[in-house]
Amino acid sequence: MDNLKEKAFQDKIDQDTRIEPKDWMPENYRKALIRQISQHAHSEIVGMLPEGNWVTRAPNLRRKVALLAKVQDEAGHGLYLYAAAETLGVSRDDLIDQLHTGKAKYSSIFNYPTISWADMGTIGWLVDGAAIMNQVPLCRCSYGPYARAMVRVCKEESFHQRQGYEILLTLSRGTEAQKQMLQDSVNRWWWPSLMMFGPSDSDSPHSAQSMAWKIKRFSNDELRQRFVDACVDQARILGVTLPDPDLKWNEERGHYDFGEIDWDEFWQVVKGHGPCNKDRIETRVKAYEDGAWVREAATAYAEKQAKRKEKVA
Amino acid sequence: MKDWPLYEVFIRSKAGLHHRHVGSLHAADDTMAIEHARDVYCRRNEGVSIWVVKSDDIVANDPAESDALFNPAENKVYRHPTFYDLPDNVKHM
Repeated sequence: MDNLKEKAFQDKIDQDTRIEPKDWMPENYRKALIRQISQHAHSEIVGMLPEGNWVTRAPNLRRKVALLAKVQDEAGHGLYLYAAAETLGVSRDDLIDQLHTGKAKYSSIFNYPTISWADMGTIGWLVDGAAIMNQVPLCRCSYGPYARAMVRVCKEESFHQRQGYEILLTLSRGTEAQKQMLQDSVNRWWWPSLMMFGPSDSDSPHSAQSMAWKIKRFSNDELRQRFVDACVDQARILGVTLPDPDLKWNEERGHYDFGEIDWDEFWQVVKGHGPCNKDRIETRVKAYEDGAWVREAATAYAEKQAKRKEKVA
Repeated sequence: MKDWPLYEVFIRSKAGLHHRHVGSLHAADDTMAIEHARDVYCRRNEGVSIWVVKSDDIVANDPAESDALFNPAENKVYRHPTFYDLPDNVKHM
């Protein structure tokens, strides 16, 4: 019976019919989606922290309102995605718990520190740029609620990248010290940004199945290559050097060749030994616990109002 | 803490259009659901009107039974204008 169902399910996917929450789906499809969507949601939530660091220190009001709006968008993106994950039968509470106990992963990029104002620009340009490259194909993902959430996310993400690039453009036209700050920031963020696409196809355990289920549309290496190709000209306009001596145009392939990624560093950060892993989760848990009284008060108020209504009726 | 009830959010993007389902959110009560819907789904003037309804209050058909529900409409081609043959010289119809 399940074999028949599974075949009908795969036929639907092959015909590009979207899967909706109440439709039958293989348990592993459900699990894979919960893992991916919740990791994605957690990344948006933790992704607010490196930038939160600079909200009070933005150089002027224009930069400050933009940064605040961006951080608020990221909270929103986390909420769209949690809601999409919940359509698969997990509770919000469990998802948050998995993040706080370290059971669930989030994007490793947010375990790097933001030590200069230029990092706000570089995160917008490279980190959000890489995220967009990953996210645009997800708008056509086979699971309806995830795809729809991604359409909203992608619409808003483009502002993030442009505001970051504008910060860097301003620095690139500034003093020598500002130009140095820009170059230093790009030096630190370039390689971790390339790691955002995940391990090479041959080392990516879930990739093949995700492609067959059309959760994923392009391979990690394919998207990484597109990102490198897009960044080279953007770097030139900023007048920065991308920190890779092997980066050069390959006429035959029609793409830029680039150097080997330090996968040891990647796995170290994934496993929790990055510069800020501990700090990020501690900050997150503290924020959640400090907010507990607000949630409790809102619950109590809602109950009181409901009782009052009952009495009147 | 136990999750707050789940609400489905419907937004009318401008006068003259239908409300359209945009997603869902948790809230302690109806008022907070509207406020959260504004913050989560209308940060860029996406709406002029918001409906929220508790997800539990939505009645839906069973997808496993959807063939029996929708198939009867499939073989009724005579309900479409193209079913009727008219000569080319009949205009405005």
